[in-house]
Amino acid sequence: MAVINPPSAEEAMMKGYDPAVARRLAGFARPYTGKLLLALLLMLTGSAMTVIGPYLVKLALDAGLEAGSLPVLRQAVLLYVAATAVQALTIFFRVRIMARVGQSIIFDLRARLFEHIQKLSLSFFSRYSVGRLITRVINDVGVLREFIVWAILAIARDLFTLVGILVAMLALNVRLSLLTFAVLPVMLGVTILFKRQARENYRAVRSAISWVNSVLAENINGVRVVQAFSRQEHNYIHYRDEVNRNNLDTNLRAARIAALYPSVIEFLGTLATALVVWLGGAAVLGEQITPGILVAFVLYVERFFEPIRDLSRRYDSFQSTMAGGERIFSLLDTPVEVQDAPGAPDLPAIRGEVTFEHVSFHYSDDPALVLSDIHLHVQAGQTVALVGETGAGKSTFVKLVSRFHDPSQGRILIDGQDLCRVTQSSLRRQMGIVLQDPFLFNGTVAENIHFGRLEASDAEVEAAARAVGAHDFIVRLRNGYATSVEEGGLLLSVGQRQLISFARALLADPRILILDEATSSVDTQTERIIQQALARLLKGRTSFVIAHRLSTVVNADRILVIQGGQVVEQGTHAELLAQGGVYYELYKTGFDESG
Amino acid sequence: MRHLLRLHTFLQPYIPQMLLALCLLLVMTGLSLVVPGIIQQVIDVGLLQGEVGFMFRSALLILGIGLLRAALTYFQRYATEWVAQRVGYDLRNRLYNHIQQLSFTYHDHSQTGQLISRCIEDVRAIERFAGTGLIDLVRITLLLAGITALLFNANPRLAAIALLPTIPLIIIAADYGRRIGGYFLNIDRALGDLSTRLQENVTGVQVVRAFAREPYEIERFAYTNRILFQGRLKVLGEWAKIMPSTQILVTAGTILILWFGGQMVLEGTLTIGALVAFNSYVAMLGTPAQELTWLVNAAGEAVAGAQRAFEVLDTPPDIQSPPQAVQLPALLGQVDFEQVSFQYSGEKASALQDIDLHVEPNQVVALIGPTGSGKTSLVNLIPRFYDTSRGVLRVDGYDVRTVDLVSLRRQVGIVLQTSLLFSASVRENIAYGRPEASLEEVVAAARAAQAHEFILELPQGYETVVGERGITLSGGQRQRVAIARALLMNPRILILDDSTSSVDTQTERLIQRALDHLMEGRTTFVIAHRLSTVRRADLILVLDQGRIVERGTHQSLLAQNGLYREIYELQLRDQESFYEEMEALHARQSLPVRDQGGLE
Repeated sequence: MAVINPPSAEEAMMKGYDPAVARRLAGFARPYTGKLLLALLLMLTGSAMTVIGPYLVKLALDAGLEAGSLPVLRQAVLLYVAATAVQALTIFFRVRIMARVGQSIIFDLRARLFEHIQKLSLSFFSRYSVGRLITRVINDVGVLREFIVWAILAIARDLFTLVGILVAMLALNVRLSLLTFAVLPVMLGVTILFKRQARENYRAVRSAISWVNSVLAENINGVRVVQAFSRQEHNYIHYRDEVNRNNLDTNLRAARIAALYPSVIEFLGTLATALVVWLGGAAVLGEQITPGILVAFVLYVERFFEPIRDLSRRYDSFQSTMAGGERIFSLLDTPVEVQDAPGAPDLPAIRGEVTFEHVSFHYSDDPALVLSDIHLHVQAGQTVALVGETGAGKSTFVKLVSRFHDPSQGRILIDGQDLCRVTQSSLRRQMGIVLQDPFLFNGTVAENIHFGRLEASDAEVEAAARAVGAHDFIVRLRNGYATSVEEGGLLLSVGQRQLISFARALLADPRILILDEATSSVDTQTERIIQQALARLLKGRTSFVIAHRLSTVVNADRILVIQGGQVVEQGTHAELLAQGGVYYELYKTGFDESG
Repeated sequence: MRHLLRLHTFLQPYIPQMLLALCLLLVMTGLSLVVPGIIQQVIDVGLLQGEVGFMFRSALLILGIGLLRAALTYFQRYATEWVAQRVGYDLRNRLYNHIQQLSFTYHDHSQTGQLISRCIEDVRAIERFAGTGLIDLVRITLLLAGITALLFNANPRLAAIALLPTIPLIIIAADYGRRIGGYFLNIDRALGDLSTRLQENVTGVQVVRAFAREPYEIERFAYTNRILFQGRLKVLGEWAKIMPSTQILVTAGTILILWFGGQMVLEGTLTIGALVAFNSYVAMLGTPAQELTWLVNAAGEAVAGAQRAFEVLDTPPDIQSPPQAVQLPALLGQVDFEQVSFQYSGEKASALQDIDLHVEPNQVVALIGPTGSGKTSLVNLIPRFYDTSRGVLRVDGYDVRTVDLVSLRRQVGIVLQTSLLFSASVRENIAYGRPEASLEEVVAAARAAQAHEFILELPQGYETVVGERGITLSGGQRQRVAIARALLMNPRILILDDSTSSVDTQTERLIQRALDHLMEGRTTFVIAHRLSTVRRADLILVLDQGRIVERGTHQSLLAQNGLYREIYELQLRDQESFYEEMEALHARQSLPVRDQGGLE
């Protein structure tokens, strides 16, 4: 399993500063502008108190001690106490405000992402893996959190300090100031050079860790197969010596560069100090400046580089924030293919009459038609069986009925209403869908059935379970209806899961039912229970069944034979057999062995 | 703290490197004290002498020290990062290997999202602390001790007064450190829950959409999101208290010195110069004290991470080869269940009860029975995915608990209903159980599994990558690859589920043929859904509620008129109705009746 080194394009995508991303990030902060300003004010007040402190100490020493005045000393000390208290309070409130603001932004952002994910088309999920979505919503948003909570104000403080020192230096002596600034272009050049390299490294590090994560996730998901084939040792060696090793090596390579940068900056700072000592010292001797100015200058030069160093560190976090933001926004920008039309009304209670008017469909990224020119009318209450080879278009057909996709051409009408003109939720509430692979959520059995209609009573849940024949096995479970279904329903058999999904659909009591049959995965007894449950489920509803069972097909009011995206034959079982066409062939080769 | 201390097992191999980083750091700190000395010399001596050459030499000296410091900084940072990365690497390896050794029972009850977040986020928190955190901790401790010594040396009485506030400081920091781990643990859990929520929502997206339950899902996500939000606020709220407290307590030192020291000066027991000097030392406490609180925070995160990581590492893999495990020889394939009962952990009802069974080599055993009757549980005991709760399971007479697991599982092949493939080439997937297999062997297995044809049509044939990062195979194709995978193992005992869900009839036929191939000449346990399989079985077991209620061959069981008969009737009716129809059709249209042998 060594071949796939997966720096997916999106993980790697990284630019430097992107104003559009920054603007959109700022957009999330806008509701909190007032609070942010307040925090900034608090920070400035706090900084002012920090500056006042040494002055008060000087006051205590000069006016108090030198002058030998105890009251002045006490006064100065008390003022210092007050200043410290004010400073402490500003810190306290500033951190609290920033915490709330930062966390709120993150909360909003995660909620927005999740809501957006709820609207994306199903084909999106076949392209975008769960792992990547988790990385977006958890990790990338987490990077933003660090930045918003800690970095924004720190950057403001650094800039503030920098400007202050700059002004002070220029006020002291312009020549020496310019001498110090001479180092800056070199520093800038070095920074640009390093940052470019750092960006490359950051990209490499990210793709290395994403490889680690995906291999890890896959191994955990497939752990049963791993053990069944005794692959533990082999997989471990692969992980240790290639995947994880690659991560280690990439990180260490990046660390070599990353460690070089601060030492160069450090050196440049010392260079500036040395220049000031040499030329400034000479200036003192030439009596151009006083010794006091030189001393002050040396102190300032040291302080001058501190915020610069800090800013360069912040720049790293800024950059990863930008990268994270970019990935988050590209997810948020993924167009929602199926959307409610503006002002779309709810679909009123329906009878269940379905009409296809010359419907064709192709996926947005592939012009090949999956369905072409489907034209038919289904009366309310009819059971329609769809048969055909894999890939003929049966699933697409039912996905159009439930509006998981919109037709590329033509219209689908329910009770005469165009599906594209009503709200999706009002449509789906009246429609039940039972999938081939019954998916259960973490939660109890009752909760899983409840999913069909949240407001249903416990008695209704039990009635639904009884009606589909699931009640008997449910009460035999550890805690009956309150038994929790572990992830993916692993502790239940496929048949049991299917019955629960039937109960769920029955509870929803839909007018239109879509059923993707999964016959062969259950044993014969369950099969019988399922047959009965199906009959109950289909009764009195318009239903579209992707049929695998002979009995379902035979009992259908109408059979649609789909081939190459077209309805090639339709009619009842007897009619179609008599035609001796595609259906007859399918029937001859296909249904003879099915249970 | 207990968990933090246990981290030393991971740090132990790297103690020399850590000491090196620490030494470099100390030398650097020492050097940074030299520069002010030089500048002092420049002012006190250089300016008095009035010699430009002195200035130049001093500048060169500063530059030289700067260069040395730069070099030391580089090595110190790299060494620190190196330790951090190594610790992370080791820990990730340990977790990975441990998780894949844990038994089915463990994985039945654990959530993938939580496990993954442990391996990623928690390791990262530990990694961060293991590098910079620990070294800084040592440095700051030394620094604080040094400053304290300096203060007491200068003036013991003032030192005692000035250091008074450090007592509450230490108490607060320690208390914070004790509580913060718990808060971070809550955050970690909330993060894990959030990813589980998301993962589940995405996996079940069709169901969510089908029932128009998006608002409900959004609400559930918001609930967990809010728990995380509150968890973070809780930590930051603590932080908002601890940060100014540190500040106050450090400043309090200065204030106390001014207050009491000032009075001493006025009384004439202390000079102003001594007071000023003393105060500048106290001011040196500020930065390390602030850093200390940061470190406590990072330690809290690391402790939470360590606790979660150790939760996994401390779970013993309950199914392991025993110490003096017997290497199984090549098996004949005889399987015996002796009074076997089995209960899933945490379940009150037995999944299997009093199973007595003797299977001869090369027999085909078909298992039928209602959903949840124990068929899967029974076959899962053979490769020892679970241990029996009572009774003994023997393979060729060996108790499976006494033999080497690998030697057992290598000889047991499994084809399950849902065929999980890995992100790797088709070839690697087929060779999953025997990575050393040659391409010829892989192709032969694929041919026998009726998979060769479609594999050749893939973009890169056998080298085509499938799975998450590659192309998606259909259910039927995946199943045939899984059959080839089992075939290549050439197992003596085969466990399979003969259902072929979600495939068209043509594919189903191919899969049937592949399965027939697979079953040849092996002891086979089939969870049977097909009459043809059941009829051909040497032994049919009818299970109900964890017991074997009937056993025998097709004929003998039919004669018993029991559950088997009932099940059989159900299936037979379908088939007979089919014949009748075909015959009616034949009569009407003179179509040839199909060869009846094909049904067997």
